[in-house]
Amino acid sequence: MATSTKSKSPLWKDGQWNMSDQQYQQIAKKREPARSVFANCVRAFLVGGTICVIGQAISQALVKWADMTKEEASGPTICILIFISVVLTSFGVYDKLAQWAGAGSAVPVTGFANSMSSAAMEHRSEGLVLGVGANMFKLAGSVIVFGTVAAFFVALVYLIFGLKH
Amino acid sequence: MHIGRQTWLFKNKPVIISTGTVVGPDEGEGPLASTFDFVHDDLDMQEKSWEKAERKLLEQATELAVLNAKLKDEDINYFVGGDLLNQIISSSFAARKLGIPYLGVFGACSTAMESLAVASLLVDTGNAKYAMAGTCSHNCTAEKQFRYPTEYGSQKPPTAQYTVTGAGAAVVAQQGDGPRVIAATIGKVIDFGITDPFNMGAAMAPAAVDTIQTHIEDLKRKASDYDLIVTGDLAKVGHAIAKDLFAQNNFSLEGTVFNDCGLMVYDTDKQKVQAGGSGCGCTAVVTYGHILQRMKKGELKRVLIAATGALLSPLSYQQGETIPSVSHAVTLEMEDAP
Repeated sequence: MATSTKSKSPLWKDGQWNMSDQQYQQIAKKREPARSVFANCVRAFLVGGTICVIGQAISQALVKWADMTKEEASGPTICILIFISVVLTSFGVYDKLAQWAGAGSAVPVTGFANSMSSAAMEHRSEGLVLGVGANMFKLAGSVIVFGTVAAFFVALVYLIFGLKH
Repeated sequence: MHIGRQTWLFKNKPVIISTGTVVGPDEGEGPLASTFDFVHDDLDMQEKSWEKAERKLLEQATELAVLNAKLKDEDINYFVGGDLLNQIISSSFAARKLGIPYLGVFGACSTAMESLAVASLLVDTGNAKYAMAGTCSHNCTAEKQFRYPTEYGSQKPPTAQYTVTGAGAAVVAQQGDGPRVIAATIGKVIDFGITDPFNMGAAMAPAAVDTIQTHIEDLKRKASDYDLIVTGDLAKVGHAIAKDLFAQNNFSLEGTVFNDCGLMVYDTDKQKVQAGGSGCGCTAVVTYGHILQRMKKGELKRVLIAATGALLSPLSYQQGETIPSVSHAVTLEMEDAP
């Protein structure tokens, strides 16, 4: 590992490598382009925030014009966001947005809808049951599994400490 | 004839008498667009599945190669093909349509030169008068099989590569006009513990370096004897690492041009392909389209093509296995090269 890339001893001679895995991984690491965590966070904040603002606007509109209470509006709001996400996925826009936005488009409910609709579209060629049905939760499945597990433990905490809303 | 450690020297110098290259829309927007025989405007190519679209690419490329050679399918003795899909279905299903005796080969993206080496060996040893090598890849089938659904919104790191949608085929003959296949080096499987499937350039770079150095040593040549040395699909990251390794090995690249098909097939500054192109089709279309055209024009006399393949499967990397890689190299020469 002490060998730097500037040393003169060849790493390869007569068809044999004289290089450890760690040594190579150090060489490879140097050529890996740096990723700006900060820029990614800003983008995620902007896109994720915008999606939430749109959601809030839909909710407000429903309260104002559809004569709903705040609680009643939440269901239809989510449905509308999911619908928009599925349409954008179908037109091949959502994945391009995601490349720029990162977590910003993955974390909101629209990301969940994208993971399901993209899998459904991808596996349509294998039929409705074994294709769409079996693969729709390919990516979303783990969200549901770990979401449920996390909810269980949170509920346990509430139970043990006797917390109430 | 076997020479050196890993090299076949083709004494009868089989000739690539014709080629066929068919690509998708992104490659059609790249800098090499004019060198391909046919460019599709859309990714689905009017087929019902991505897999059928990929197969269509190879069917068209092989059809063109046979047609350009002014031959019929039945004149070709063997078809050597492979691709990236499970059980190499694209090649096998294309072979079903061709009706030519078929050898399926797999070396991931290195299949492009593996198939050419095997086809040349068949012709050189007199076991075939005409043999065809062909391979293909499709961006969406590769995404579907190795990564996520094509429309799934995941952010790809800058080390990731963009699978080329394209197919290339070449007819190798005992006699004729065209670039000659002089020698081929069969690579060893090399693994330096890279586990990230989004950094295949880094996984494959040592395999490319190993095969290129072995090839040149076996033939008792120098890098400067070549007008061009290209790797298959190392892309930006792997290409830079390969150069570092050559420097460290005191292997001089002076007097030659060292490039990578994955960097040549796209305009990596303008097109959103992360580090560059990859896939079986990448080396195949760049070699059979661009490079052979330059050779025929007399711009290049001797070229070394080292196709690179990452031999992972979705299962292997999910189980935490490292990525083994291989590289197969072929030397092409135009007549009367020194």
